[in-house]
Parts: sequence; C-alpha cells; structure tokens
Amino acid sequence: MSHRPMATDRSATGIPTGRLAVWWVLASEIVIFGGLLASYLMHRLGHPEWANATAVTNTWIGAFNTLVLLSSSFTAVLGHQAAEKGDGRQAARYLYMTMGGAATFILVKTYEWGHEIAAGYTITSNGFWSFYYTAAGLHALHVIAGAIIMGIVARDAARGRNLHRVELIGIYWHFVDVVWIFLFPLLYIAK
Amino acid sequence: MAHAATADAHDHSPHAHHEQSRLVKYLWSTDHKVIAMQYLFTGMFMALVGGVMAYAFRMQDAFPGSSIPGFGVVAPGEYNSLVTMHGSIMIFWVAMPVLIAAFGNFLIPLMIGADDMVFPRINRLSYQVFLLSVIVILASLFVPGGAFGGAWTAYPPLSAQAQFNQTGPGASMWVIAVALEFVAFLLGGINFIVTLMNARAPGMKAFDIPLVCWMIVIASILFMLSVGPLIAGAGMLLFDQLVGTAFFDPARGGDPVLWQHLFWFFGHPEVYVVLLPAVGFVIEIVAVFARKKVFGYKTLLYTTVAIGVLSFFVWAHHQFVAGIDPRMANIFTITTLLISIPVAELILVIIATLYGGSIRLTVPMLWALAFVFEFMIGGVTGIYLGASGADVYLHDTFFVLAHFHYTFFPIAIIGNFAAFTFWFPKMFGKMLDERLGKIHFWGTIVTFNAIFIPLFFLGLKGEHRRVYSHLNFPELAGMQPLRVFATAALVVMLLFQLVFLYNLWKTFRKGPAAGKNPWQANTLEWTTTSPPPHGNWPADQMPKVYRGPYEYGHPDRAEDYWPQNLPPQSA
Repeated sequence: MSHRPMATDRSATGIPTGRLAVWWVLASEIVIFGGLLASYLMHRLGHPEWANATAVTNTWIGAFNTLVLLSSSFTAVLGHQAAEKGDGRQAARYLYMTMGGAATFILVKTYEWGHEIAAGYTITSNGFWSFYYTAAGLHALHVIAGAIIMGIVARDAARGRNLHRVELIGIYWHFVDVVWIFLFPLLYIAK
Repeated sequence: MAHAATADAHDHSPHAHHEQSRLVKYLWSTDHKVIAMQYLFTGMFMALVGGVMAYAFRMQDAFPGSSIPGFGVVAPGEYNSLVTMHGSIMIFWVAMPVLIAAFGNFLIPLMIGADDMVFPRINRLSYQVFLLSVIVILASLFVPGGAFGGAWTAYPPLSAQAQFNQTGPGASMWVIAVALEFVAFLLGGINFIVTLMNARAPGMKAFDIPLVCWMIVIASILFMLSVGPLIAGAGMLLFDQLVGTAFFDPARGGDPVLWQHLFWFFGHPEVYVVLLPAVGFVIEIVAVFARKKVFGYKTLLYTTVAIGVLSFFVWAHHQFVAGIDPRMANIFTITTLLISIPVAELILVIIATLYGGSIRLTVPMLWALAFVFEFMIGGVTGIYLGASGADVYLHDTFFVLAHFHYTFFPIAIIGNFAAFTFWFPKMFGKMLDERLGKIHFWGTIVTFNAIFIPLFFLGLKGEHRRVYSHLNFPELAGMQPLRVFATAALVVMLLFQLVFLYNLWKTFRKGPAAGKNPWQANTLEWTTTSPPPHGNWPADQMPKVYRGPYEYGHPDRAEDYWPQNLPPQSA
C-alpha cells in the first residue's frame, strides 16, 4: 500500500528530497517563532516595567541550558559525521548522547518552572510571564518532539538503515538550538 | 461527520460498495489522485454547508424575524454564528482544500510526469488532519451556545471572552479547527513544493512546467511564509480564552490590535494564496481553448512572484479604522494600490492570450472567461477600499462585502467550476453534458451578479455588515426591496446547482467515454489513460519532456497541438 514512488528518488534540483523538505519545514517554523517573538518584542518595547519580571528569571539556569543545548548540537554533528562514514552504530551512540542533552534540558526546565510557579509567577501573572511560558513552552515541545524523532532515527541507524536521516534530524536539532539562542537573551538577559 | 466522510467515499469510489476492506483501503490510500478526490468531495460537501448557511442568514436579512423554510426562525445569536461559520467555512474548508489541496494533489504529479507525490504518507496525513479539522468545526455547531459567533476574523476582545461572544466552547473549537487546518496545509504545501522542485520528468526545465503548477506552488510558499504568525496568534488567543492570559486584553496590558496584525499578515497573502491557483486554472484553460501559446509565460511568472512579495506589505489596509497611525495608513495605501499593477498584468496576459486565438466556447472556457470578467469587478472596487480616505467611510459596510465576494466567488466558485469541468474527463474518464453545463453556467453567473450588485449600493448608503435586522434602523429600512431582490437571486442560484448535480449524476451513469485527450491539450496529464492508473503511467512508460506546455498552432506541424512528451523527430 505504501510502496515508495519513484518520484521520491528523483532530484531535479540536485538536493536530496528529504533534506529539501526539512529546510522547508524549518522555513515554516521560523515564521511561527518569528511571529511569536515579534509580538513579544512589540509588547516589550511598550512595557518597560516588564524588566522587573525579567529580573526574576534565573540567568544562570538559562545559561546552563544554553550550554547543554549547544553541546547536544555538537554530538548531533558527530553523529552525522559517523553516518557519512557509514558507521550506523556510532551515529546512533552520538544521537543517544544528543537525546541525553534534550532530557537534561527538559529536567532543568521543569525544576526552573516549578520554582517560578511556586513563587507565584504563573502564565497569567502578567504579559511577560504569558510570553515567557508560551514561547519557552513551544520551544520545549520542539525539544521533546525532536528527541522522540531522534530516538526513532537512532534505532534505525543502529541497524544500518536510513542513515541519511541522521543528517536530517541534525538539521532540525540545530534549528531548535538556534531558537533557544534567540529566546535566552530575550527572556533572561534583557533586564 | 464520520457519516459524511463515509457518504463521500461512496460518492466517488465505484469500488467502495459495501466491502469494509475496500473502504478502509480507500480511506488509507496514499495515491495522490485518491487524496485529491477526498479533498475535492469534502470541500464540495462543505460548500454545501456554507451555502445553506448563506441561505439562512440572507433570508433573515430579507425577512427579519420570520420563520425560514427548512430552517426556522433565526435567533440573533444564531445569526452571528451563521455569518461567522459561512465566512470561515468558505475560506478555510472550501477555497483552500479544493483550489490548492484537491487540484494541487491531482495535477502536480500528473502534470510534471511523476508517479506520485514525493511523500505519499505525509500527503495522507495531511488529509487526515484536515478531516479532523472538519470534524471539529462541524461538531462546534452542536456545542452549548452554538458555533463561534465572533466573525471569521475573530477580533479580540470579542473572540477572546465568552461573555462578549456568547459562544465560549464554539470559539475555542473554532481556533482549534483553524489551527489544525493550517497544519494540514503546511504538510500538504511542503509536499507540493518539494515535489515540483525535485520530481519533474526528465527534460522538464523550470520554464517547461505548466503554469498552474507554478501557481499552486507559489501559493503554497506564500501560505507557509504568512501563516506562522497567525499560528502563534491562534495559540495566544486560545490561552486568552481558556487559561486566562491577557495577550489581547487591553485592561490587563494586552493589545487587541496585535491580533489584527497577526491575522491580516496572514489574511491578506491568503487572498493571493487562493487567487493564484484559480489564475493557474484559467490560464491553462484559455491556452487550450484559444489554441494559442500563453502570451508571456515568464512575464506571468515574474508578475506572480512580484504579487507574492508585495502581498506581505499590504495587510494593514484592513485596519485603517483600527486607530493606526495615519502615516502608516498612507504607506499601506500606496502598497495596496501598487499591488493592483501586477494583478492587472495577470489579467492582461490572459486577455492577450485570447487575442488572435481560435476560441472554442466550451463549458470550462465559459467559466474561465467569466472568471476574468467578474474578478475584474472585484479588483476595481478594491481600489476604493485600498485608499484609506474612502475606506474610512466604506469600512465594514456591504460595499466591502460585495467587493470581496466579487473576488472570492470568481476564485472559489467560478475558478473551481472551470477546473472541475476541464479536468473532469481526466478524473473520471467521462464527458460532462455540455448543454446542462451551459445552463448551470449562465444560471450561476447571472444570479451571482444579481445578488451582489445590489449589495454595492446598499453599502454605499452606509449599510453595515453583520447586522441582525436592518429594519431596526429607520434610515436603512427603506432599502428593504434591494435586500429581498438579492436574497431571491441567491435562492435561484442555489436551485441552479441542482442542474450541476443532475449533470454529475447523469454523466456518472451514462456519460460518453472521454478518451486520453478529449481537449487536444499538450500537458502531460493528457498522455495517460482517463482516469489514470495507480502510478499514473506504466513504470516503463514514464513520460519525458521535449518542449514547453503551450505549443499550440505550431507552423511546422499538421496538428494544431504538440504534446510535451512527443520526441522532436515526430513533428
């Protein structure tokens, strides 16, 4: 029923079909996050008092998570390199390390949010906290989804199947990383 | 709705009968043609729903408070829901699925000589998510309070708070359904774009691609680049409704105009998202039935790209009365008037293609010509609204309503009928009845004008949209005969659709066989059997391309057409 059509293997542009599609997925994601962050920026410029709320967010925790995500992107690159050489087992090992980074990120986030909510800063507290939880929450969903897909790709790669997907999930993972690079200064550093 | 989906499946799959396995197989098919039919018939079903809603609220407008045959008395709240749902359904569940998803799915692989989309399973997922959105929006008609009644543009605070719109659950379901629909078209759009970029037949260069494929793909790109902020906005609106955030609540530091920006940043490109496929249908049909090469293939393509770019800089012309800075209004007036230049160029290319052709007035050609004529009325009246000074007076009146129906009706109804009657032989292997087709055509076109020309005049006299009963306003009550006239025309138009349904029924029963290429057209879909088999061509006979799609009336050839796949020596 779902045989692979010959259309999938054609490449009039010279770019493999899967990679081309991932780039278009990222294009659509950029405008989603772009819209959200542009809305936040417009609000932020109109509400200088939000600086008081940013002062509450813990820059060190944010910085630690930035480090975790960046390192996980590095292992994703190593995974791609291994896959290029045809070493599926090694690629899978690197992807599992990347997933470990994702798990660390989410755990730290849970701890951080738990403390903030306990201190009374919830999504309805004010405009800043609404954006804070919405934007970081949307990003966290992307981290979780990426990690799940990565698990599927890694399981395949370990058996030497669909090695080209290691690169594709890596591209996506870099995107998740880059979004955080925008979120971190906007939600933590800009006081 | 599961019921309706089943009914759909029966409509167009002669094999489905009552065998469970066949039906399941049909619903889970990854064949692009089957998915196209699923989108097409779901869209047509939703058009029926949207049309009946228009009937109900137009009758209320003509005869306020009286019991409407087949519906009953329309309560004020119901009136709001009907108007909102009509707009939402016609844009999101009729225009989008039929123009882009149905025809994009059917045409792109066939026209570029591929056996399927590059991601057949994502394609199937796209329809399934879309079907889910249909179920959610139809279910919202039956929740307490009724379907969302805050207008299809969903401006907060009206849309954000149940105490204002009186339809709390319906409002949230509306947001969820719209968001799901966006996801479906993002999945579908990525598939279209990548398929066109990568899966073309050997020999098909960029300027050998039939223009309708370009149009659908450029529309998909516009959609993808404009919808993101609204997806974010939909999430924010949902949080405002359900969690109690205050993104759009001015009393708690939010900004309701932000929603308008997010909505129209998508909403205006969306006009071109649905326009471009319709223009694509028209240009294919005009070239075939004028037996002439398209005038200015590249001009048309570059013009379309110009429209796409400009369409991202016009959105605030919907907000001239929302308190935006008048200097900003000036800028958006200028960009809005600028975009009419490339749009006019599209129309002129179509007219120039007709010039000197040997024109055949078949049913699809009539629809295509009507598109040009009617859409121009929509375009020209738009110039009044694009100018911020005039818009301040005309904003939110029936003039606006008539204007955008003169754009959307040609796009979503005329354009779809043009495409449907043109590609029907390929889809089902049978020829529709020309005489019934012409009766249906004239019945629809004449009544369409009879509905909306009066509404222009009502709008010029200051009649506002979305008003339950205009008789409550003494200065507007005197124009009631015009409203009755427009409503009568609508009823006649809906009745004429029965001719179309009869034509379909008659053709499916005993229509003449179409053969491979009934219109003697050049593009690749006409080189395979009608309907095409799974895989479109036998695997060893995949077409190769030797020339552009519009080589009609070539001087070196005895026949007046030259299919794209014929090797040069056979000239």
